[in-house]
Amino acid sequence: MAEQERKRVRRDDDKQTDEQTDELAGASTEDLTDRIDDLLDEIDSVLEENAEEFVKNYVQKGGQ
Amino acid sequence: MSADPGPRVLGTETEFGITVRNQVDFNPVLASSLVINSYSGSSSRIQWSFEEETPGRDARGFGYEPPPTADYDAGLVNVVLTNGARFYVDHAHPEYATPECVDAREAALHDKAGEVVLARAAAAATESLPEGLRLLIHKNNSDGKGNSYGAHENYLVPRSVPFADLVLHMTPFLVSRQIFTGAGKVGAENGRPAVEFQLSQRADFFEEEIGLETTLKRPIVNTRDEPHADPAKYRRLHVIIGDANLSEVQTFLKLGSASLVLAAIEAGALGDPIVLRRPVDAVWQVSHDPTLGATVELDDGSSATALAIQWLFFERVSKHVESAGGTDVDREVLRVWEEILIDLEADPARTSDRLDWAAKRFLLDGFRHRDTLAWGDPKMRLLDLQYHDVDPARGLYHRFVGSGRMQRLFTPREIETAVTHPPPGTRAYFRGACVAKYGHAIIAANWDSLLFDTGGASLKRVPMMEPLKGRRDLVAGLIDRSDTPADLIEALGGDHG
Repeated sequence: MAEQERKRVRRDDDKQTDEQTDELAGASTEDLTDRIDDLLDEIDSVLEENAEEFVKNYVQKGGQ
Repeated sequence: MSADPGPRVLGTETEFGITVRNQVDFNPVLASSLVINSYSGSSSRIQWSFEEETPGRDARGFGYEPPPTADYDAGLVNVVLTNGARFYVDHAHPEYATPECVDAREAALHDKAGEVVLARAAAAATESLPEGLRLLIHKNNSDGKGNSYGAHENYLVPRSVPFADLVLHMTPFLVSRQIFTGAGKVGAENGRPAVEFQLSQRADFFEEEIGLETTLKRPIVNTRDEPHADPAKYRRLHVIIGDANLSEVQTFLKLGSASLVLAAIEAGALGDPIVLRRPVDAVWQVSHDPTLGATVELDDGSSATALAIQWLFFERVSKHVESAGGTDVDREVLRVWEEILIDLEADPARTSDRLDWAAKRFLLDGFRHRDTLAWGDPKMRLLDLQYHDVDPARGLYHRFVGSGRMQRLFTPREIETAVTHPPPGTRAYFRGACVAKYGHAIIAANWDSLLFDTGGASLKRVPMMEPLKGRRDLVAGLIDRSDTPADLIEALGGDHG
């Protein structure tokens, strides 16, 4: 039942895929990696210190 | 066809995680109280009244049962804000209930405004703590150690809709929607099979198909029947199975898709129910598979992926909107819903600009590869947790938004307005506007009434049993013309609103 109804769904995502690909094509793989690394570095600078201790002490009372 | 049912009244209530940095033995109830008392927007201390609340009432018609837990900590901090929201301590967590809204966009906006309120309140609370301590608030649903707390959605539904119909259709909908409602989690809890990463914070905690409980043996469909409105006319569908979302698009889709499914159920337009053979197992099975390839068994012996089930709901709901007509917001919900399903089907990573679980997964994978971390590394758990920190400077969701990788739905100005002003289309307008103008004279408030001390011999209670009355277009002129609460009561015609 599920299969048949699912097949009727229009597949108009091809255009969108192309646009996304074009957009990404503007940046080399190296650029993208650099930008992701920038974000990870930025996150490292705001992460709580001493991950192990922080995670261990993060205990909540149960709720709803 | 049936008459236009009018707007769907809805809202969210979120219990936030709370911790004090560098103080392991902090008291969460006191810390939560401090957070709420520290919020400058709650300067008028209006006590919430529990007079009309009947949390033990069961939608299946069992009548009244005692409340399942000592849920109702009257006397604890509990305030009403000028935007019509309720900000209070519940179960050792600060909780924020949005004002009543009329569509998914407005409700998602007020859900986001709640985060801003919590972030400001936490910053103010930290100011009053000894040097070196810092109060942290997380919009998450689990501590990773088997303790969960809720992010509930509330939808007003006509009493005339049989509750059994809601259960039949909402069960497969709620189970399968996790693919776009999950906030993501490292690991499993509550005795569920081990997993590296799963879609939902909450899935591991659902143990029943239906029931009244909210704090243990949590059910997929919750039967709390407490409409905070005329019970002959309305019920409130209290959805407890969702994750708290940081993504604005995701909150919008979560609330909007459920609203449209409910409208289709009410119109009898959803067709044959999709019956899951083992819904409780399906909850964690769907959540534990971020590739979205897992199938769940249906009652007719076939099986389907959560994605296939969502496509069915999407198609049936689209047809209903097409034939019955819909609002601009309805059409926007359908557009976002379809795009998400298309992208999830093509490659779930494509949704990392709209879905919390996919954004979190993107960050976790980034660190895993750069730092060669195992899933069990404490840093992975920390990244998971800190994604949810509501502090705009530290929360990783906020860093992700800041890097331009997350779609937004609201402007800072819209959010700021929602922090202080009520939505115009429900009784929340009357509540919020009265708190802003006559706060000193309001003795108590709850969802469906306000109690005024106008200086006369008796207190004046203004009932607000109809959520769609008390709107701006009906009462703004009245409030403008009434300089004092006594003027307002007189203009309202004595004791009634």
